[in-house]
Amino acid sequence: MMVDTRGTPRSPARSLLRLWPYVRPVRASLFAAAAVAVVASCIGLVIPLVLKWMVDGPVAGRDPSGVWLGGALLLVLGAAEATLFLMRRRLIAHPLARVEADMRADLYGRLQRLPVAFHDRWPSGQLLSRGTSDLMLLRIFLAFPMTFLLVNGVTIVVGFVILLMQQWVLGLVLLAPVVPLVVLCSLFEERYSRAARTSQDQVGDLTTAVEESVLGIRIIKGFGRHHRQERSFMGLAGRLRSTELRKAGLLGSLWALIMILPELAIGAALLLGVVQVADGVLSAGTLVAFLSTALALRWPVESMGFLLAVTNESATAADRFFEVLDSPVPADGPVPDRTGDRPAAADTSMPDRDGLRLEGVEFRYPDAPAGSPPVLRGIDLHIRPGETMALVGTTGSGKTTLTALIPRLHEATAGRITLDGRDIATLPRERLRELVSIAFEDPTLFSATVADNVLMGAADAREADLVRALSVAQADFVHALPEGPGTQVGEQGLSLSGGQRQRLALARAVVGSPRFLILDDPLSALDVHTEALVEAALRDVLATTTALVVAHRPSTVLLADRVALLSGGRITAVGTHHELLRGSEEYASLMSGQDDHAYQGGPRR
Amino acid sequence: MTTTAPEQQSEETGRTAADDPVGQDVLPAPKGASRALLRSLLAPARGAVRLTVLVLLLQQAAVQAGPLLVAYAIDRGVPAVRHGDHGPLVAVGVGYALCALASGLLQLAFIRLSARIGQDMLLDLRGRIFRHAQSLSVDFHERYTSGRLISRATTDVESIRELLNDGLQELIAVALSVVYVSVTLLYLDWGIGGAAVLSIAPLYLFVRSYQRRAMVVYGERSTAMAAVIVKFTETMNGIRPVQAFRRERANEAHFAGLNSRHRRSNAAAMLEMARYIFWSRLVANTALAAIVLWGAYRVASDELALGALAASVLYLRRLYDPIDRLGMFLNSYQSAAASLEKIAGLLAQRPSVPEPAHPRPLPERPAGSPGREVVFDGVRFAYRTGGEVLPRFDLTLAAGRTVAVVGSTGAGKSTLAKLLARFYDPTEGEVRLDGVPLRDLAVPELRRGVVMVTQESFLFSGTVADNIAIGRPGATREEMERAAKAIGAHDFITALPEGYDTDVRKRGGRISAGQRQLVAFARALLADPAVLILDEATSSLDVPGERAVQAAMRTVLRGRTAVVIAHRLSTVEIADRVLVMSDGRVVEDGTPEELIAGTGRFADLHRAWRDSLV
Repeated sequence: MMVDTRGTPRSPARSLLRLWPYVRPVRASLFAAAAVAVVASCIGLVIPLVLKWMVDGPVAGRDPSGVWLGGALLLVLGAAEATLFLMRRRLIAHPLARVEADMRADLYGRLQRLPVAFHDRWPSGQLLSRGTSDLMLLRIFLAFPMTFLLVNGVTIVVGFVILLMQQWVLGLVLLAPVVPLVVLCSLFEERYSRAARTSQDQVGDLTTAVEESVLGIRIIKGFGRHHRQERSFMGLAGRLRSTELRKAGLLGSLWALIMILPELAIGAALLLGVVQVADGVLSAGTLVAFLSTALALRWPVESMGFLLAVTNESATAADRFFEVLDSPVPADGPVPDRTGDRPAAADTSMPDRDGLRLEGVEFRYPDAPAGSPPVLRGIDLHIRPGETMALVGTTGSGKTTLTALIPRLHEATAGRITLDGRDIATLPRERLRELVSIAFEDPTLFSATVADNVLMGAADAREADLVRALSVAQADFVHALPEGPGTQVGEQGLSLSGGQRQRLALARAVVGSPRFLILDDPLSALDVHTEALVEAALRDVLATTTALVVAHRPSTVLLADRVALLSGGRITAVGTHHELLRGSEEYASLMSGQDDHAYQGGPRR
Repeated sequence: MTTTAPEQQSEETGRTAADDPVGQDVLPAPKGASRALLRSLLAPARGAVRLTVLVLLLQQAAVQAGPLLVAYAIDRGVPAVRHGDHGPLVAVGVGYALCALASGLLQLAFIRLSARIGQDMLLDLRGRIFRHAQSLSVDFHERYTSGRLISRATTDVESIRELLNDGLQELIAVALSVVYVSVTLLYLDWGIGGAAVLSIAPLYLFVRSYQRRAMVVYGERSTAMAAVIVKFTETMNGIRPVQAFRRERANEAHFAGLNSRHRRSNAAAMLEMARYIFWSRLVANTALAAIVLWGAYRVASDELALGALAASVLYLRRLYDPIDRLGMFLNSYQSAAASLEKIAGLLAQRPSVPEPAHPRPLPERPAGSPGREVVFDGVRFAYRTGGEVLPRFDLTLAAGRTVAVVGSTGAGKSTLAKLLARFYDPTEGEVRLDGVPLRDLAVPELRRGVVMVTQESFLFSGTVADNIAIGRPGATREEMERAAKAIGAHDFITALPEGYDTDVRKRGGRISAGQRQLVAFARALLADPAVLILDEATSSLDVPGERAVQAAMRTVLRGRTAVVIAHRLSTVEIADRVLVMSDGRVVEDGTPEELIAGTGRFADLHRAWRDSLV
């Protein structure tokens, strides 16, 4: 989902002011740097005055010692200017790098804690661009445009004061184009920023097209559709090109205006000045100095348009950043007494061994269209302590959604879920997720070693736990990897097959001997033989654990003591596999192959 | 039978980024490849480039004429006016106005022209990368990883865009202005001009040494940034396990380390730039003072006109002005050069599965028997990095029959399927479809012949209907619905908020893994191929879903040749023939009944499966 910030009224200044908490700690350096920049800029304006003084005084008066003095002064001022430039940049280098890093750390921390529903809505690319290019832009803004808006503003004012003091008539001539320039610039600026927004969106579309063409390459190749993909990609790229050309046209017109108007004013001042010099009203030196000052002011004036554009873009970047930071993190349960930060301390808070209980649980996605029925409604389910419950239902019936409610990856919209009698809404998430361990249908491994990937399932697991978990998951292949459990896997390491990843995800779920275990179709990618071995090993684990197992297959169902059938967003039947086979037509049709005789044998356990 | 042994030969294992030349950011490319790429991108724009340079020459001439006119006005205009001659003054006025207009309008023309050149190059480059990535084999994609390919086509193109947009025109402008200013200074006065030109030499050396040091610090910074991006993306894409396994704090600590490394290198880069600005400014200002001093001395001794000195001073400031911008240009140039090298490396990859130069058509099939015969003739397959997956074998699959391929993970089943779908070409031997080698089939012909459905269930952005239509672009809604009904996907699709027109990436478009697989099947049904390959295509389906697939194969796909790879033996029941694979070899071959009755692996597997159905 693209987040549309267009049309929402905002003021760039207000957006940028929100950066203050990050800037505050480094404000001293930043203000000092701005002061240095002002001084440096003033020196830049004084240099022409020294030149005038030299031309009018020592040079005209044939005074060699005066010339030397002027030269020395120029040298000192030049060295001072260079030193001030150095100082300014040295003052801000570390502080601004710190501001950028602080903001990025905050963004990352916030994103980790935002609910899964938030991440469902936001493509990771959108989040990444906020964490990278937007923050870089903000750093650049703090380093240059912010300072130079101030510095150039001051320079322009001071410069015009000097000009008016030297020659108020000529000064007024130079001031003449300011009003039309401001009006025309703001006009162009608005159209340009609209075009810039369009181009940003089109770049986003193009990126999506590239991503999909790469991620879906097997489908594209499998159906021989690469020419179609190319055509649609080139269409998008062509549209971006037109937008960019429109932007260039606008930018060119803006530049033309900014160059022509002041230059015409300088030309007029030149003519007037020449006449005045000829009339003896003005000295040649004054005119030279006047024109040097005017030319020195050209860059500050020309840069204002560009600076304002960058400021505008930076305000957008700040908005995008705070959009994420302002997203609410759902309230957490009360933080437990951290003095007794051990499982034993929490055990006392859940005295009755009641198992896992769902009462009247309802769920609808936060972004579901209004009026659509909830995905889950009125779910009542009790899994007794130590019991294994299979969850069965048709494709898309909400089984995975239901499992996500228990560790509060999604928040139930109504009803309550209790673990051993304790409402999970009153447990801190961290504690809850210590109690509940989960193996996802889509097994994600992180860029780390196999051991790290498995051991992240438990805070205080040891080598022995790793070995046991790997053997439960029949993941002995690990020992034959180049560096055994120390082998790097994930995007930056060895890539494993789907079945191998699934077994590691299973090992991760069971490594900490969790009190509550959730397995989402844990054996789907395994071949029959491995599946049988994993099942046998899992039985021991499940014997002592309260577990919910999503199952598509009879073989997985048989791991469970009882089965719950999810249908139409409700639990419609609960019972043993055989009870349901006899009692529920839907269940029988979900579980049975065409040949019903396969189910006539007795239970295996 | 142990489960661990075959895993070691698994096609996905045993290859790390280090020992695979393709598993690297910068692919090996012939020397000078990036320069050749740049030249070929510029080639169509040769005329436009000349025009642009001409416009810029004129524009800079107009801009640089200003101080010259000032000198003329003071030296000639003033005395002329004093003598009542307003001619020179009028000439200056007209000249100045014309120059002002010309500099502005030519700037406009220049920006438009250079934008057109830049955008045309980018369009060309984007197209080339996209087309090339699409033409490279699946094998390449699997090894190069999607992340790398995406960053080639996005961030690397972006850094070249930045150079083209801002950098290049800056550089040309700077170079031209240096030339103009030097020439003008030489014209005004040989002495001052000569001194100014000499002062450029130390500045040039300075720029070169900065370039070398900047390469190190900016390289370090972009490496640090890449590490931050990897961590960031990995966390956001794996947010479920991150939260479920309480990784937040550990991640934060790790991220803080990466972030502070980037912070340090970021500051180091800024400081390097600061040093550059300081030294170049110092040299420029010192040169300015020295030249002015010398000039003033010569005016005092009447060797130089006052106006010439005044103009020279203005020009000198202009000569040194662009130094700061040159530093920034060098930075963007460096990152663009690095990106260009990576892109050139990608483009230098030859597709290992090339399209035929002289395609052959498939023979017509008689009506009512749409399937085709498949022959693997002396086929052997090994990765280019070594590691034989399939030793040499011969295999004939009769037209219109369904063949099931079973075996444990890594036995080579998927490789067999990929050879048949021509995702790979065999290392030796050939695969033929009705007697025609797959290598000789043009892509549209090949895809009318063979279609593969995999366990991957990627959906493209767009509507559900768009996704189904990939099977046969131009299919009517009725045809799509028929395909969806045949596979049992129609009901869930119509239950979506906007039915077939539901955008799969938008609100309410949540589609489960099993449902995605059904969409993939509907797509394959619509394509209506002669040979259908199902590679673990039912792994996320429940039993009714799997039965719908089997029913469709008996009805809609009746008479097609089908190759079904499955862990689940339920799929095998409908097969006419079963191949059991182990370590890349077919170890058992027969009808399901024969194999079940026998004592081989399949009989064991089948017994285990039967037990599991209890």
